[in-house]
Amino acid sequence: MDTFIPAEYEVVRNSELCIACRVCERQCSNGVHAYDKDLGKMTADSTKCVNCHRCVCLCPTHALKIVKSDDTYKLNANWSNQTMNEIYRQANSGGVLLSSMGNPNDYPIYFNNILVNASQVTNPPIDPLREPMETTVYLGKKDVEIKRDIQGRLIDNLPPQLKLTTPIMFSAMSYGSISYNAHESLARAAEELGIFYNTGEGGLHKDFYKYGKNTIVQVASGRFGVHEEYLQAAAAIEIKMGQGAKPGIGGHLPGSKISEDVSRTRMIPQGVDAISPAPHHDIYSIEDLRQLIYSIKEATAYKKPVIVKVAAVHNVAAIASGIARSGADIIAIDGFRGGTGAAPTRIRDNVGIPIELALAQVDERLRQEGIRDSVSVVVAGSIHSSADVVKAIALGADACYIGTAALLALGCHLCRSCHTGKCNWGIATQRPDLVKRLNPDIGYKRLVNLVTAWSHEIQEMMGGMGINSIEALKGNRLMLRGVGLNETELKILGIHHAGESM
Amino acid sequence: MKRIYVNEEWCLGCHLCEYECAFANSGLDKMFKLKGKVGSEILPRIQVEGGENEPIHFAVNCRHCTNAVCVTGCIAGALSKTDEGMVVIDKNKCVGCFTCVLLCPFGAIMPAADGKAAQKCMLCTDNGVGTPNCVAHCPNNAIVYEER
Repeated sequence: MDTFIPAEYEVVRNSELCIACRVCERQCSNGVHAYDKDLGKMTADSTKCVNCHRCVCLCPTHALKIVKSDDTYKLNANWSNQTMNEIYRQANSGGVLLSSMGNPNDYPIYFNNILVNASQVTNPPIDPLREPMETTVYLGKKDVEIKRDIQGRLIDNLPPQLKLTTPIMFSAMSYGSISYNAHESLARAAEELGIFYNTGEGGLHKDFYKYGKNTIVQVASGRFGVHEEYLQAAAAIEIKMGQGAKPGIGGHLPGSKISEDVSRTRMIPQGVDAISPAPHHDIYSIEDLRQLIYSIKEATAYKKPVIVKVAAVHNVAAIASGIARSGADIIAIDGFRGGTGAAPTRIRDNVGIPIELALAQVDERLRQEGIRDSVSVVVAGSIHSSADVVKAIALGADACYIGTAALLALGCHLCRSCHTGKCNWGIATQRPDLVKRLNPDIGYKRLVNLVTAWSHEIQEMMGGMGINSIEALKGNRLMLRGVGLNETELKILGIHHAGESM
Repeated sequence: MKRIYVNEEWCLGCHLCEYECAFANSGLDKMFKLKGKVGSEILPRIQVEGGENEPIHFAVNCRHCTNAVCVTGCIAGALSKTDEGMVVIDKNKCVGCFTCVLLCPFGAIMPAADGKAAQKCMLCTDNGVGTPNCVAHCPNNAIVYEER
């Protein structure tokens, strides 16, 4: 018999407030709540609760809360409750532990140890409400030689660029891992905001071809849903070499999530597990990568930028240098805290490096080699706020991808149970009754609100520094100071400690 | 005239609207005071169709029909149409014959909990709530209040 694992969180119901309307029961896909006819009141089985807060949010009388259970094994600084439970779980099942969303463990968040400068007396701050403040950025190669025709007019030989109204994009989340309605919300928000969303590796649903000019399509190791029309539909094409949540391994979408629509979009059989291999089987070197990049460019008449996405790993600077030389227009780097719909727990929690350090090193290396302008750099992996965007740009990024933050805007409460396919918020599920819980009319507005709010904040922060464009902030590390960081960390980040002057 | 419309594509069958309706028409100041009253002392004027395990749900309340059969059939003159087109009930005139309950093709008029008069959705104009409470609290915008 399986070892019983006690509930990690407990559902607490205030019986004074509960009117037994049974909304919690109807909204819980995990079957936590039930109405007991004998007792004439609601009951809860906390062992089934994933702490997604759907019931808490929808309870009309706010009668519910979810608390950390105080049930504990004998306290042990060496063997935590969680570690012990994981062992029981594996002894029960014999399987690899699965997790979802980003690494939740207590590793440093370097963004929180970086402070931003502001203008005082000797240089004026800028008020973004009264003066122009440019947040538009262009992503792509910018290292072309200026050429003129015989009359001396400039020849437009600039490679294709992506124009973003603000340096934020929605990161790759595939149709299959997230729902149709989540995709529609992202696509419509990207269109309204003048930014881009990313299909992930799951192909592009035929209904979303109309959002093509705001779509980045992905070509990943499984090549799901990749065909000529798919490449033509997009504004840019991303080759996914790695993902921050699970560097070095592929993907596995369980057959239960391969619905008829997902199957058609991915061009794979219905109900069969979709496995993305760990490597691209045709890429074992920078030269091989170059072949794929140029195959894609050839297929799209050199009109669309090609992005190469890698996970932030120990040797990321050298890898980025190789990618820059392979012909890619944009490099996307995904830090170790990046999200996922499912990853082996050990990989998610132990592999990769923080995005702040990876970004600083990549920017530095590309500058040293004189090839910084031949690529744009986009970073991802837990961009928590507009302040993180500002800091990332000052560390050298051209733009940021947001994934988790975007899902939060859609209702996600980070219960980290995406891999169960029973998302109560209608995001990470393909069950029709759950998918309909995310109305894209609401979802897209919430995404637009989030990015609009962040853009305002970015403008405020730039104005405070006396900077009036993203271009002038980019790589401007003198605007940053570290606090509580050691010398090695400061050196890697390329910033001074707070209190040190220029 | 602005009416309440329901889009079954987004109705989750959570039944929140029924409780929000009951609360709005209860005269109570706190929703939790509804405890034990819904279904006995207070009946919602909106009802969700579709059983627990069925894929489609649909909240139904008064459609404020252009040719309202309830108004035509009312023997006491309790039901009438306003100039804007809203079907209203005057409880003081209602004799409780419930002809309207039988006539309504949507089942949107029902006897009030006291059994003495009929009740129906008055678009929250009779309770001082403002925007109809079912619309204001629908978690998925499945119930909307608009001109069509």
